[in-house]
Amino acid sequence: MSIFSKYDGLARSLAAVTADGGRNPFAVVIDRPLSSTVGLIEGRETLLFGTNNYLGLSQSEAAIEAAIAAARTHGVGTTGSRIANGTQGLHRQLEERIATYFQRRHCMVFSTGYQANLGMISALAGKDDYLLLDADSHASIYDGSRLGHAQVIRFRHNDPEDLRKRLRRLDGTPGAKLIVVEGIYSMMGDVVPMAEFAAVKREAGAWLLADEAHSFGVMGTHGRGVAEADGVEGDVDFVVGTFSKSLGTVGGYCVSDHDGLDLIRLCSRPYMFTASLPPEIIAATMAALDEMGRRPELRHTLMDNARRLHAGLNAAGLRTGPQASPVVSVILDEVDQAVRFWNRLLDLGVYVNLSLPPATPDQHPLLRTSVMATHTPAQIDRAIEIFATVAREFGLMRPAAVTAS
Amino acid sequence: MSETVADVSALIVQTLLANPKVPRDINGSSKIVEDLAFDSLAVMNFVMEIEDSLDVSVPLDRLADIRTIDDLAACIVSLKQAS
Repeated sequence: MSIFSKYDGLARSLAAVTADGGRNPFAVVIDRPLSSTVGLIEGRETLLFGTNNYLGLSQSEAAIEAAIAAARTHGVGTTGSRIANGTQGLHRQLEERIATYFQRRHCMVFSTGYQANLGMISALAGKDDYLLLDADSHASIYDGSRLGHAQVIRFRHNDPEDLRKRLRRLDGTPGAKLIVVEGIYSMMGDVVPMAEFAAVKREAGAWLLADEAHSFGVMGTHGRGVAEADGVEGDVDFVVGTFSKSLGTVGGYCVSDHDGLDLIRLCSRPYMFTASLPPEIIAATMAALDEMGRRPELRHTLMDNARRLHAGLNAAGLRTGPQASPVVSVILDEVDQAVRFWNRLLDLGVYVNLSLPPATPDQHPLLRTSVMATHTPAQIDRAIEIFATVAREFGLMRPAAVTAS
Repeated sequence: MSETVADVSALIVQTLLANPKVPRDINGSSKIVEDLAFDSLAVMNFVMEIEDSLDVSVPLDRLADIRTIDDLAACIVSLKQAS
């Protein structure tokens, strides 16, 4: 028996997706980006609406120059882990810059955002502790809960009352309770009611960790995320996030006012047993952070663009998530229809993400788009037009939209 | 007053049958993943419904050892006795 035979079902699902000559949606190659918003795919200029590059900073001139300069002075890699030979002055500088940006006392930087969640959650919640996770948590949060030894309890998505009920069941049990929520949920783009969760946390004497991966640089007056927007940063014990979305590079971080954070450096395996971030990435990240702080208009344009895309897709008769946020997902019913829709979008020059259950909430396939501050109104309108064209081809227009068009 | 494994098992079957996609011939020895064709997310969502009916939280790590509906019922009864 083959070691791969347990994946026979997966192989059949993939074969079904690529039947009728469709592409493998999980193996799309962007030959190269021509700008933050246009990439070369299959030799054609394609509008990028699925890169999480919210502020377009992956193509920042300042970040590119900083990376080149750092590579010249520091080389291209550290060849070591943070606790051995992999901490350079640049790592400390980056940690100070991130801590200052968030107005927090401490910061730890990780090699990826995935590792930041894995490393913080597994190390913070120990054997006698409880982890309370939102049902729609990202895989990195679930994986962090499996790497650690805490008891893991799941509460209904974005439902503070449900969390309150589950915390009440733990009344009288010893052990710390760590609540984990996300700022913006990556599949549907819905925003956490952070103030309400903060209230539940205070009542229960629990700890709160917020993953602001998709909301850093996007929400709040200074881009510090939903906690800032809701005015409850003081209740969030740990903020985790990534550099690979709004800052356009790679890497993860955790900021906190708790002095204990320094001890986590000595017990978080995903922090300790991997190579640290290379110098050119750190330099680019610091330059992008400067640019993000200097140009608040990027955030305003991003939200204007998000509203334009969300409204346009709805007006075209498509069903989306409830809120206009930089993640706008079109919700479909059948997987094979979603696969064909996604292929047609790419044929016509728009790249989005195809997200399939069980990675999506409620078993629905999604055409997940992410908006950028650098998209022009014309690019957004073009994408909406192409979505509407394909929806018409598929007979998916809702009746009101058909008569209106 | 406390539920027996058989009581809880019956309640789980009843909850499952409310979902039209679940086969009609399930019983306590039905395997949750294989016989019900549930993926990982569907299992967690259905356990959440049972948790609410019985006012108990089943830690996710306990799910790893559960194969059948009766296993889940036994796990819930032991959690309720412990609390």
